[in-house]
Amino acid sequence: MSETTAIPEIRARAAEKKSPRGKTFAEHALVQLTIVRFLETLREPEALFWIFAFPILLAAGLGLAFRNKPAEVLKIAATSRAITQSLQREKLLAVQQMDSHDAEEALRTGKIALLAVPGENGAVTYRYDDTNPEGRTARMLADRAVQQAAGRVDPVHASDEILREPGSRYIDFLIPGLIGMNLMGSAIWGMGFTVVDARRKKLLKRLVATPMPKPYFLLAYLLSRILMLVLEVGIVLGFGAWIFHVPVRGSLLSLAAVCLIGSLAFSALGLLLASRARTIEAASGLMNAVMLPMWIASGVFFSAQRFPDVVQPIIKALPLTAAIDALRANMLQGANLVQLGPQMGVLAVWMIVSFVLALKLFRWR
Amino acid sequence: MPAASSNAALRVTGLRKAYQDVVAVNDLDLEVRAGECFGLLGPNGAGKTTTVEICEGLTVPDSGEVELLGMHWSSEAEQLRQRLGIQLQDTQLSEKLTVHETLRLFRSFFDQGPGADEAIALVQLEEKKNSRVGNLSGGQKQRLALACALVGDPDFLFLDEPTTGLDPQARRQLWDLIEQFKSSGRTILLTTHYMDEAERLCERVAIMDNGKQIALGTPRELIASICAEHLVAFSAGAKSQSLDLPALRKISGVRDVRSEKGTVEMQVTELHLAVPALLAELTRQNIPLTELSTHSATLEDVFVSLTGRHLRDE
Repeated sequence: MSETTAIPEIRARAAEKKSPRGKTFAEHALVQLTIVRFLETLREPEALFWIFAFPILLAAGLGLAFRNKPAEVLKIAATSRAITQSLQREKLLAVQQMDSHDAEEALRTGKIALLAVPGENGAVTYRYDDTNPEGRTARMLADRAVQQAAGRVDPVHASDEILREPGSRYIDFLIPGLIGMNLMGSAIWGMGFTVVDARRKKLLKRLVATPMPKPYFLLAYLLSRILMLVLEVGIVLGFGAWIFHVPVRGSLLSLAAVCLIGSLAFSALGLLLASRARTIEAASGLMNAVMLPMWIASGVFFSAQRFPDVVQPIIKALPLTAAIDALRANMLQGANLVQLGPQMGVLAVWMIVSFVLALKLFRWR
Repeated sequence: MPAASSNAALRVTGLRKAYQDVVAVNDLDLEVRAGECFGLLGPNGAGKTTTVEICEGLTVPDSGEVELLGMHWSSEAEQLRQRLGIQLQDTQLSEKLTVHETLRLFRSFFDQGPGADEAIALVQLEEKKNSRVGNLSGGQKQRLALACALVGDPDFLFLDEPTTGLDPQARRQLWDLIEQFKSSGRTILLTTHYMDEAERLCERVAIMDNGKQIALGTPRELIASICAEHLVAFSAGAKSQSLDLPALRKISGVRDVRSEKGTVEMQVTELHLAVPALLAELTRQNIPLTELSTHSATLEDVFVSLTGRHLRDE
């Protein structure tokens, strides 16, 4: 017992304001918490699949399904060689020469949209169903080709400029939607599951038993989200730009700002959803209940404008709607940060309100 | 009083904590002296963990006072946290992290103390340094938990059931480690429901039951307090119903006799006299002996004699 330090001495030593002597940046509690959080995410194969592979698979699948097809070529037939040759001038028509019996049969069964039959004195008769748009289009195209072949010169010279530009296709609409959905999903799941799991395993309680400053713990979650953000947005965006040539017309800086505030807003929301639950089941029910309406209403896969006007103000106030609207405006219309003000405002409000509430409600054990 | 208080690392007075309708801790007083290893013993649900968590500043008591290292949770929580090493009952550390990463994290919370590598060496986990926590055995996990409690170079160490669920070899290994830290002059408060653990590690023990302290002293004093150095247990098989217990109590050197599920337990002071007398008495009663064992009295027997129950009624 004689070697034991007396209590008053220990007390005096503890009261001295110790400067954390020579702690390097990497030894700082916030840095360590962030690194650890980041490593834990990277070492979770399932989480990596949902964050990285899933949105790319979804984009690839939907991009293929809804890709813009080249203008359709209409199938028609003619019963004479001369007319067939005239019609072949028109690239949008696929002409076949048939005998009249086969041709009638093909027309009746819809295999061809129009049948051109020679009349007397070089005249032509077009046989088609005028209630069928393909038939009417074929009639116009076929007649133009026949007239021009016969020497008609158009009085006004007209030329075509084809607009099939990136930015107005479905995939261009979809990629910002997927980025927004991914921001929400990874932030809320990433926050929710890990926080509840740590609480269930009494790891939160163990951490609170150390001198760790409590706000550091929550802050580290947000910081590690930002690290993940660079990867998860980068991969989906890179995939869209490389494979589908999805444009990014706004500045990358304002795009980064939108992603950052969006991710922080969803993370804060995730923290709030996870602030009290003691079981994964309770937390996941709550998270799905919050996310499902947004997956449907916030315009990930189709425009949120399709919902009735009455509910539009509510839909506009949802964080996912704000995030996706801002992403689309930036990427497709090149909107700058000032123009994105309203959406950024909605996200900021969600972030602040959720974070403050989460801090108040948070259960450490 | 100041002379006495300077030597108390932990003083608890009038502690009370109730959960809904259960009183977990009921008017408890404790004093742990600086430099000693103090054991808090009792069955599950005795209130040990609640008491320890109040002392650790994790649970707020309904009433009562805790003075730890001369400080109070209400005013000096931050300084206190820096000076404590805490090992909680069944904390699961993150399975995805390695031993080294885990200790580096815990070390980052403290102003001073051994580095991660040093802490790993302290608990002899060098070989597992880069293994994921999820791949460690139960004993290795407990050693890691101990290392996490030591990275702040604490003056006071709380160990809540450090060897529960471990195999005998792993328990002995952990005991060796704890003994090393004792020798470096730290104060330890240990809870356990293993009496052999308390006898081996603790200078003094308090036995708790139903939120109250029912005995306090060195393990030797407590065992001496039941005035029986030995215990004799025997089984009379099918004939146990016809056993004449009062006659057994009259044998010289026998202090107490209790019968439970066909097994009879006797507290005995003089084994060499009591056993022949017992055999003679059983022969007289014409009862065949199917099993006979004796052992020196332990803290377990102290608990049985105080409460009439075994520590672990599983």
